[in-house]
Amino acid sequence: MEVRKDYAVQMHDITIRFGSYTALDQVRLDVKKGSIHAVLGENGAGKTTLMNILYGLYQANEGDIYLYGEKVDMKNPNVAIAHGIGMVHQHFMLVDNFTVTQNIILGHETTKPGGVVDLKKAREEVMGIVKKYGLEVDPDAYISDISVGMQQRVEILKALYRGVDILILDEPTAVLTPQEINDLIDIMHKLVDDGKTIIIITHKLKEIKASADYCSIIRRGKYIDTVEVAKVSQEELADMMVGHRVKLVVDKEEAKPKDVVFEVKGLTAKDNRGVYVLKNLSMQVRRGEIFGIAGIDGNGQKELVEAITNLIKVESGTIRINGKNIENKTTRETMDSGIATIHEDRQKRGLVLDFSVEDNAVLDTFMKDPFSRKSILNRKEIRKFASGLLKDYDVRPDSCEELAIRGLSGGNQQKVIIGREIANNPDLLIAVQPTRGLDVGAIEYVHKMLVRERDKGKAVLLISLELDEVMNVSDTIGVIYDGAIRCTFKQGEVDEKTIGLIMAGGTLDGKNS
Amino acid sequence: MEKTVKILKKPITATLIAIFCGFLVATVILAASGYNPFEAFGALLGGIFGRPKYVSNVIIKSTPIILTGVSVAFAYKMGLFNIGAEGQFIVGAVAANVVGIVCDFPAIIEVPLVLFVGAAAGALYGGIAGWLKAKYNINEVIVGIMLNWMALYFSNFVCNIERFHKPDSDGTYAINESGFISFFTNWKTTEAAAEFVQEHPIIGDILRTDANAGILIAIALTFAVSFLLYKTTKGYELRAVGSNRDAAEFAGINVGKNMVQTMLIAGALSGIAAAIFIAGNNPHGISQLSAFESNGLNGLSVAFIAGGSPIGCIFAGLLFGGLLYGGQSIQYVVGAPSEIISILIGTIVFLIALKDMVPVIVDKMGKRGVK
Repeated sequence: MEVRKDYAVQMHDITIRFGSYTALDQVRLDVKKGSIHAVLGENGAGKTTLMNILYGLYQANEGDIYLYGEKVDMKNPNVAIAHGIGMVHQHFMLVDNFTVTQNIILGHETTKPGGVVDLKKAREEVMGIVKKYGLEVDPDAYISDISVGMQQRVEILKALYRGVDILILDEPTAVLTPQEINDLIDIMHKLVDDGKTIIIITHKLKEIKASADYCSIIRRGKYIDTVEVAKVSQEELADMMVGHRVKLVVDKEEAKPKDVVFEVKGLTAKDNRGVYVLKNLSMQVRRGEIFGIAGIDGNGQKELVEAITNLIKVESGTIRINGKNIENKTTRETMDSGIATIHEDRQKRGLVLDFSVEDNAVLDTFMKDPFSRKSILNRKEIRKFASGLLKDYDVRPDSCEELAIRGLSGGNQQKVIIGREIANNPDLLIAVQPTRGLDVGAIEYVHKMLVRERDKGKAVLLISLELDEVMNVSDTIGVIYDGAIRCTFKQGEVDEKTIGLIMAGGTLDGKNS
Repeated sequence: MEKTVKILKKPITATLIAIFCGFLVATVILAASGYNPFEAFGALLGGIFGRPKYVSNVIIKSTPIILTGVSVAFAYKMGLFNIGAEGQFIVGAVAANVVGIVCDFPAIIEVPLVLFVGAAAGALYGGIAGWLKAKYNINEVIVGIMLNWMALYFSNFVCNIERFHKPDSDGTYAINESGFISFFTNWKTTEAAAEFVQEHPIIGDILRTDANAGILIAIALTFAVSFLLYKTTKGYELRAVGSNRDAAEFAGINVGKNMVQTMLIAGALSGIAAAIFIAGNNPHGISQLSAFESNGLNGLSVAFIAGGSPIGCIFAGLLFGGLLYGGQSIQYVVGAPSEIISILIGTIVFLIALKDMVPVIVDKMGKRGVK
């Protein structure tokens, strides 16, 4: 598309590489002035990266950015701000113990002579904007006392106070309640009526349908299409977002599921912000099957694992393994009752990076015989176990028992964790994003290990944001949305499109839930 | 080149460089103020090694700060900054003193009792900070500083209780002699001793000091702590919590419990340091404090110079004790103010804080060398 003056933002042929990895490949975005433009894509598709380029946080390797038909060199966020671009990040950047007004004016304070902040005048100005757009907030409330929805309004107000014309909202609805989402959409319409342009990053189809005029779809760093939202259905959007991909083949035989070994009933829990993230979630996992949970990030996956492993409190509901209740016990008890977990973010949660490889190999068993007796560590046994593990799982480099595990590659670190957890001989093996950041060879290996555990008659619970992975590895697929498992399918029963739709909040018959 | 880089990257190298640079800075300052730096350092060395008595005094001076150093280093392994070592030391001294005055058992019971009570008081005091941190996430540094002051005034209060206050002094009574750990306390004053000393002037010189068994206890405890840290499950746990709290928690380690236990042990180490001080040194009691004596605070510097290694604290403690004691002779030999030692120590600690830069610089050097 040619460069035009009536387009607020035009990003043409944007390519950015991080090392050898191409995050965005020739992506385009043309945003008409005074419209709400959605950027749709799965996790990791490159939506946020694209917006960070527009905001000057990253510099594209190739491609041009035009604002109102003028070419702009976005070398840092100050340039973006000077051109009237504002961004509301997914994670708010507010000072908790400041009031709403203080937060809004932070960095752009109105001052009286002598450099004293003129809070009274600032408050009036803020109230002016509040009234104009119906963004109801109490200007004197402290951030720590107001709801997440209110905090988001403060972020939007902050941008408006700085006089933005183009407002970028990164996953704005991820943390909001349905009512707050409706309010937000109203506010967006008011802003557009006033001549502002809004770019909204999201993977929620329902909200795109409810708010946006246009929608650009990005899939795996590639530009797919830009459509007029009114002219396409949610199914078509889902199809474009998910696409038809080359299948990663997982070599496995048909599952022979046996009795239910793990059961969750009516699980309800809050996250650390005090928001309900698990809402009456129920599921069953049988011996000899891999139960995969598909879902978009932030729908309760993280908290489900934390509830099972007793890292957060369960408000109501039961979690049973082998007929034994384990909710609201300790992490230790969870492990001892036969659950082993390969946690997401191996470096933060799975390993002590400064420890040696062999010390990490016994991170959750060091207090047990034979690794220690009467509280004294048995170095010989630890070494024997670690060496065996390194050999069985082909961890490189050779004989790295004494090296700090920090020096190993991600794939080899993951092998140590998998070996360690499998060595616990669990009845249920939980694997959360087990292949994140690994190369194809390592991914295959991890999948093979999960299948091997299944074939040994263990139950495996796989939680992944990669839909491909869930669909190819799992025997049974549960789709999580908004803190509950919405549907359960056998492998091959439904296609990716259907699952993608449910992941985005749709239902089987195509209606929105 | 590669070999040099390897040597330069060892942590001990950076420490030695820091110590060397500390002396360089002191040299410049001494010269600038019109003193001969070589004469001053000569006096310093003389003040440390000049007579057996001096060596003995250096060791005596080092004993408590080795232990408070180990206390700080131990807590630091689990990510806690035990600035409260000072307060733990003070309450340990008070407790050991009080029990030593009140109880009079045979030495075989009295000595362990005095040491144990000192350790227990310190442990309790450290435990408060650990518990507040674990339960309410209150910063252990703030709590430690406040507890330090409370300990100081508590100590002065005890000092003035009639039962303990020694008339016509600003201190308390000495503990009962059965609690002493000084070498040959009674024999020293006999005639046989006088004769023996004439024949063995070196031993005589040492006996003139408060030479006591404290250093042996301190070294034994340091090795015990090192064993605890690196050979036991408890040590494994608390090092895991110290380096990656999340991973430790996810592996089923109870973080809060470990925090309290760590501070109990750290407190006990500072407390026993104080008990050793009371049992080993004249006047075997406490005196009215107007400011901190810094036995605990110096432990921070010692642990820091030792790079957090308990065994390293023995050497760092001796260095520190040597500088403190030998530094006095700079004043009366060259006339330079003994504050020069504070500058010296301050510079060393400051440079050690920067020591992480050494490997970075060395890396750059190495790369340039390859090119």
